[in-house]
Amino acid sequence: MSRNRVPPGSDDEPNATPNKPSRRRFLQSAAAAATVGVAPHVHAQNQPAAVPPSEAPRAPEPPRPVTLNVNGRAYTLQLEPRVTLLDALREYAGLMGTKKGCDRGQCGACTVMVEGRRINSCLTLAVMHDGEAITTVEGLASNGVLSPIQRAFIEHDAFQCGYCTPGQLCSATAMLSEFGNGTASTVTADVRMHPAQLSDDEIRERMSGNICRCGAYANIVAAVRAVHDGSTGNA
Amino acid sequence: MDAISYERAVDVSSALRAAQQPGTMFIGGGTNLLDLMKGGVEQPVHLVDITHLRGLDTIGTLPDGGLRIGALVRNSDAANHALVREQYPLLSQAFLAGASPQLRNMATVGGNLMQRTRCGYFYDTAFSQCNKRQPGSGCASIEGQNRTHAILGASSQCVAVNPSDMSVALAALDAVVRVSSLRGERTIPITEFHRLPADRPEVDTTLQPGELITAVDLPPPLFSDHSHYLKVRDRASYAFALVSVAAALQMDGNTVRTAHIALGGVAHKPWRASIAEQMLSGKPLSDANLRAAAAAAMGEAQPLSGNRFKVQLAQRSIVRAVNQAAGRTGGVA
Repeated sequence: MSRNRVPPGSDDEPNATPNKPSRRRFLQSAAAAATVGVAPHVHAQNQPAAVPPSEAPRAPEPPRPVTLNVNGRAYTLQLEPRVTLLDALREYAGLMGTKKGCDRGQCGACTVMVEGRRINSCLTLAVMHDGEAITTVEGLASNGVLSPIQRAFIEHDAFQCGYCTPGQLCSATAMLSEFGNGTASTVTADVRMHPAQLSDDEIRERMSGNICRCGAYANIVAAVRAVHDGSTGNA
Repeated sequence: MDAISYERAVDVSSALRAAQQPGTMFIGGGTNLLDLMKGGVEQPVHLVDITHLRGLDTIGTLPDGGLRIGALVRNSDAANHALVREQYPLLSQAFLAGASPQLRNMATVGGNLMQRTRCGYFYDTAFSQCNKRQPGSGCASIEGQNRTHAILGASSQCVAVNPSDMSVALAALDAVVRVSSLRGERTIPITEFHRLPADRPEVDTTLQPGELITAVDLPPPLFSDHSHYLKVRDRASYAFALVSVAAALQMDGNTVRTAHIALGGVAHKPWRASIAEQMLSGKPLSDANLRAAAAAAMGEAQPLSGNRFKVQLAQRSIVRAVNQAAGRTGGVA
């Protein structure tokens, strides 16, 4: 994993846990308070930072402030450019809901929504999303009330181990919105037409970016269908 | 991942200037580049983020009736654009056959053109032999695992295939790639954009250092009514093609006026089946003629130890895709 490649003592060392606020996170919070006003100038500051390649091991690029608006709250984090959005959310913002599965874009466990679109947070750099709005699984519920897809996953037993579930939930949330917008999929009979109904084949194809190693697919499809058909809602 | 420096370019000229620095790469969606960087296959020193370049994320009609797709249009947006769906359904199908919804939301059209092979020996630096990753080191695939590899146009240096679905459809549609550099702009026909490995397998495309893809231009839509993209893969979704076929026809009744057929998963570049196209054009579409054309398309096939099945699979896929494009319910050979 990429973690093994992190230089010892670098800021990428994982040490934050949900239950134990880390020293680093305390420092980040303090830094966040201090750097909010500086963020707009980050691009100008970056210009002279470029260095020519050399044979020597590369020194880590100095961290810079990156502001991510996650679930309605602004997090200004001190990040090296190489930090992925996934690692920023988990290791720097302390939001452990988003899961690291393969870390290579092959499993979907890290799925989050950026500006309303579902993406694999492992294959994008946090710095590329400076100022953007991100929704993670922690942001699906509102005021302590689970979202329809969250309730449907529980009602339809759509998980076993649960590791893929945060990604499945974010993916399903976006997928239902995409279908509502008339998007086609590779199982849509004629892409020139809007797919008339959300068949189980359509659900499976549209959820195919999320692998469930427990094989809870049948119940995941049922949960998505339930929300689409409106049979879950507030029931 | 190795340390990198980063800057966000705001316009094409500043991106091009930034790219003059050695060790610099452009980053768009990042879906392939960051994957390769995590594996140590690509090792840029500096990334220039081009996702905020103005004007390259739109799709618009051209004076000749064609369509210009900006290089930064995301694959999902291109697939679902009204004009692409209505006028170039073949391209929409190809986009939708690739990767996953999440990856299509990230990946750009320009980045899709620059996708590198998914050959396992290229991806895994634990293998010392890969001429594409380390020129002159040899090819571990020729005598190793080569089930997913090339049957056409390979060399003794490299048997890798291009993984893109989009590019196969673009090849069938005779698309043109627009590129910019500090020297100016130029256009590259899609069939000349990707190259065969020959003795330089480390070079995937004819793009020159310092050049930036700005758009893909499509000719006026001639095949809207008769096209089909068929992708055959090991699982129903979220997998690269073993074989894919982009078939685009102009029909006069049952007679094929023009046939464009491009193959994916079989070569280092999208492969136009020119002989098969000629055999089909100007004749009524019949099972016999179609089978003969499909066989001719594989006339020069040189399968490897693990992918002999691809020769017949490609023939059957051509038959099926052309039949689908023609609106025939006709049989699979």
